[in-house]
Amino acid sequence: MIEIENVHKSFGDLEVVKGVSLTVDKGEVVSIIGGSGSGKSTLLMCINGLEPIQKGCIRVDGIEVHDRATDLNRLRQKIGIVFQQWNAFPHLTVLENVMLAPRKVLGKSRQDAEALAVKQLEHVGLGDKLKAFPSKLSGGQQQRMAIARALAMSPDYMLFDEATSALDPQLVGEVLDTMRMLAEDGMTMVLVTHEIRFARDVSDRVAFFCNGRVHEIGPPDQVIGNPVQPETAAFLKSVK
Amino acid sequence: MFSTSLSVNDLLYLLEGAWVTLQLTVWSILLGTLAGLLFGLLRALLPRASLPLAWLLDVFRSVPLLIQFVLFNSLKSIVGLNLSAFAVGCIVLGVYAAAYFTEIVRGGVLAVPLSTRRASRSLGLSYGQDLRFIVLPIATRVAFPGWLNLVLGVMKDTALVMWIGIVELLRASQTIVTRIQEPLLVLCIAGLIYYVMSLVVARLGARLERRWQEND
Repeated sequence: MIEIENVHKSFGDLEVVKGVSLTVDKGEVVSIIGGSGSGKSTLLMCINGLEPIQKGCIRVDGIEVHDRATDLNRLRQKIGIVFQQWNAFPHLTVLENVMLAPRKVLGKSRQDAEALAVKQLEHVGLGDKLKAFPSKLSGGQQQRMAIARALAMSPDYMLFDEATSALDPQLVGEVLDTMRMLAEDGMTMVLVTHEIRFARDVSDRVAFFCNGRVHEIGPPDQVIGNPVQPETAAFLKSVK
Repeated sequence: MFSTSLSVNDLLYLLEGAWVTLQLTVWSILLGTLAGLLFGLLRALLPRASLPLAWLLDVFRSVPLLIQFVLFNSLKSIVGLNLSAFAVGCIVLGVYAAAYFTEIVRGGVLAVPLSTRRASRSLGLSYGQDLRFIVLPIATRVAFPGWLNLVLGVMKDTALVMWIGIVELLRASQTIVTRIQEPLLVLCIAGLIYYVMSLVVARLGARLERRWQEND
């Protein structure tokens, strides 16, 4: 379970997250929508401790993320994250990209890590690209590789930070399909996304962020289909 | 029509000088690379704490190499260090190369996108693992052409050590010129030797770069 309690986050004088509370249960898929600069991506970076917070508290399975005593490297093993820029490791092959963390972080043998990586890559449909370097892949393929790379650590949670925003329109579908497959497998997911229709399809709950706060939250049919807040309605209208 | 007093022995003498040039290059580049790597990492990863280091290295980058040779050689005598001229040459050239290489390494490390490093940390890699498996391999590819330039530059800068009494390729050619009075021919041959040595280094480097490029 991810518990976010009254989290505040600033960059210098600029406060981007202004007291957000949100709980994500095991097996739940929560989408976060909202305009640019509403603090959605920043909150995601805070969940696995890539960004420090100024106030409040985030607990993952009861472990406080920003506690100094927390072993972040260990905690991050169970929180996979996929970024907007695919962030492939350019000097490693697709297979090596996925094998790296299982080998170096989990200490798996080369054979075990390779078997695991091949399985994950086949799962996302990249079984024929094992020896290719990321530069030879399309954006969609690179993003699917990034998903496989995160999945190879057998995370309990997956965070997606606008995973399709940097893709050409015709490549968005393949990545969304992969994400949908994960959701159907019962993965606990937090998606920051601009794909409103996709969010409506796969999410258990949708949170609308505005000005660093959760402005409206609830089942997708309510928040997206019949929003209560005028800001939510205005946002939905602007993205459609 | 064409006659010369240049003897086979003179040619051998030039090659001996070239051998000294090569040795000077190898030792000073070795020193410069190790020190520059360490300093460059410090500059990139702890920019504020290593600021005094930057000021110091600026001195070595800014003062002409010839002045550094003469000053260090005199300092050696004043302090009474028991160093050969060859060692002095290696140290001065090595520090000079380190000062340049520091900036090359810093540039390479800073060229690794922060988001790539975040991705590796998000997988659970520690700071050290991220450096070793992600940052350094990528930075190496960025920094390598600069390093290769430095090697070629240092190889030619070794000629300046003749001012502290070392007979390397250029000094050897001067000696021969003084005797046989055929500067054009002798300098052409010396230049050709420099060219061949540089060409070998440059080709080896290009081959390595090509192998990297095929990959990424």
